[in-house]
Amino acid sequence: MPSAGIETKLWVWQRASAAVLGLCVIVHLILIIIAVQGGLSAGEIISRVSGNVAWLMFYSVFVIAVAVHAPIGVRTILNEMTGLKTSQTYLVMAVLCLVILSMGFRTVIGLYNAGGV
Amino acid sequence: MSNTIKVSVWRGQTEGAFEDFEVPRQPSQTVLDVITYIQRNIDPTLSYRFACRVGVCGSCAMTVNGRPRWTCRTHVDKVATDGTLQVSPLRNLEVVKDLACDMTEFFNKMNRAEGKFHPTKSRDDDFDMVLPDDPKRKQASQGIECIGCGVCYAACDVVEWNKDYLGPAALNRAWTLVNDVRDGGNAERIAAVSGDGGCHACHSQQGCVEHCPKHISPTHSIAGLKRAVAKSALKGIFGGDD
Amino acid sequence: MKPRAHRNHAHYWAFVLHRVSGLLLALFIPVHFYVLGMAIESATRLDGFLSWTNTPLVKLAETMLVVLLAAHLTGGLRLMALEFFGTRESSKTAVAIGTGIALVVGLTFLLNVR
Repeated sequence: MPSAGIETKLWVWQRASAAVLGLCVIVHLILIIIAVQGGLSAGEIISRVSGNVAWLMFYSVFVIAVAVHAPIGVRTILNEMTGLKTSQTYLVMAVLCLVILSMGFRTVIGLYNAGGV
Repeated sequence: MSNTIKVSVWRGQTEGAFEDFEVPRQPSQTVLDVITYIQRNIDPTLSYRFACRVGVCGSCAMTVNGRPRWTCRTHVDKVATDGTLQVSPLRNLEVVKDLACDMTEFFNKMNRAEGKFHPTKSRDDDFDMVLPDDPKRKQASQGIECIGCGVCYAACDVVEWNKDYLGPAALNRAWTLVNDVRDGGNAERIAAVSGDGGCHACHSQQGCVEHCPKHISPTHSIAGLKRAVAKSALKGIFGGDD
Repeated sequence: MKPRAHRNHAHYWAFVLHRVSGLLLALFIPVHFYVLGMAIESATRLDGFLSWTNTPLVKLAETMLVVLLAAHLTGGLRLMALEFFGTRESSKTAVAIGTGIALVVGLTFLLNVR
């Protein structure tokens, strides 16, 4: 079998993560509109997600999917619209992926453990 | 209708400038008629390309008021809404001179996409049965009317951004052959369209669909290739050789 | 000169919206995590920040982000329908509906936010 090029693999990863994000974003948008009714507060956010395994799972999947999806898209834009070399756009992709993963999981796990529950 | 029309025509190669001409208006005049009038009556050094004049050969495509078109099938009435015309060579191709561009890269990419028939049988074999309502035949039929005029290639932004991108026409041609049961070159073809300039570079902007004079949708042909390549890549990963 | 007339059609503008929204969302995500992270260190710090956001200008910016997210969602669903299922019919109508849904989601946010 011919081995698929790197662009094919990135395309598959981006579409697979997009399918996951399709569901996550619908849930997220509904939750945003419910949560902002009557104003948003730290206590409200913490009481919803802290100690709740279901939200922990949901946001973990969400963060992973974003960390796959967004850096691939950013790399495509850089390749097409800037003079950056391919090696440089790979670097930006990898850094963005790590930033989203580390900041995302710090937040998700932090909020799960917050509030002393 | 005024008696003349003002036409700006590209002169030179990649470096050049627009030159203005006044051309008498005629009923049912096409843009190709206008260009031909200039060449025969005003400036015989004007270079352009045409053959059939009736939308069969695909050699007279140019950029007319910013859009790629067959000049032979474009009526002046339709496009010169403000009474002026601007005619330049097709985008995304090297210019030979004035309105004639070099189609070499365009046709080389057809070959690079394995847009050629790989026969599997000899004269001793029986004919393949291809029924009109066969799903593969129907897929092929939707892309098979391409005459290689280069309009889609000129309308494509991804071609402009990524010089290796094979482009709508070459990938559309590859997809019609993927669906040809008589063809034996699919392994090579799938490999050819799955590289860095292959089908996955397409963002479905559909400039090709918008401008194709034959009303083909290369975007959908390319989507078919994306599925075929992904399927074959997944088979490669999970071991299901075929 | 009309050098870019070939771009003036629904699918091109849909592409621009998808690319711009995707890029802005990618840039916003680290900011989003940073702000939420405030709640972990101290709830009062996040509440202080949230009260800063309580101005019409920030609410408008938030509404924009919601519209961008919804637009990237509907645009992405449309693209995947095209790529995976080869949908051909009413393609431009789908662009219009998707953009309309994004605006409705933004309006719903704006009507509910306080």
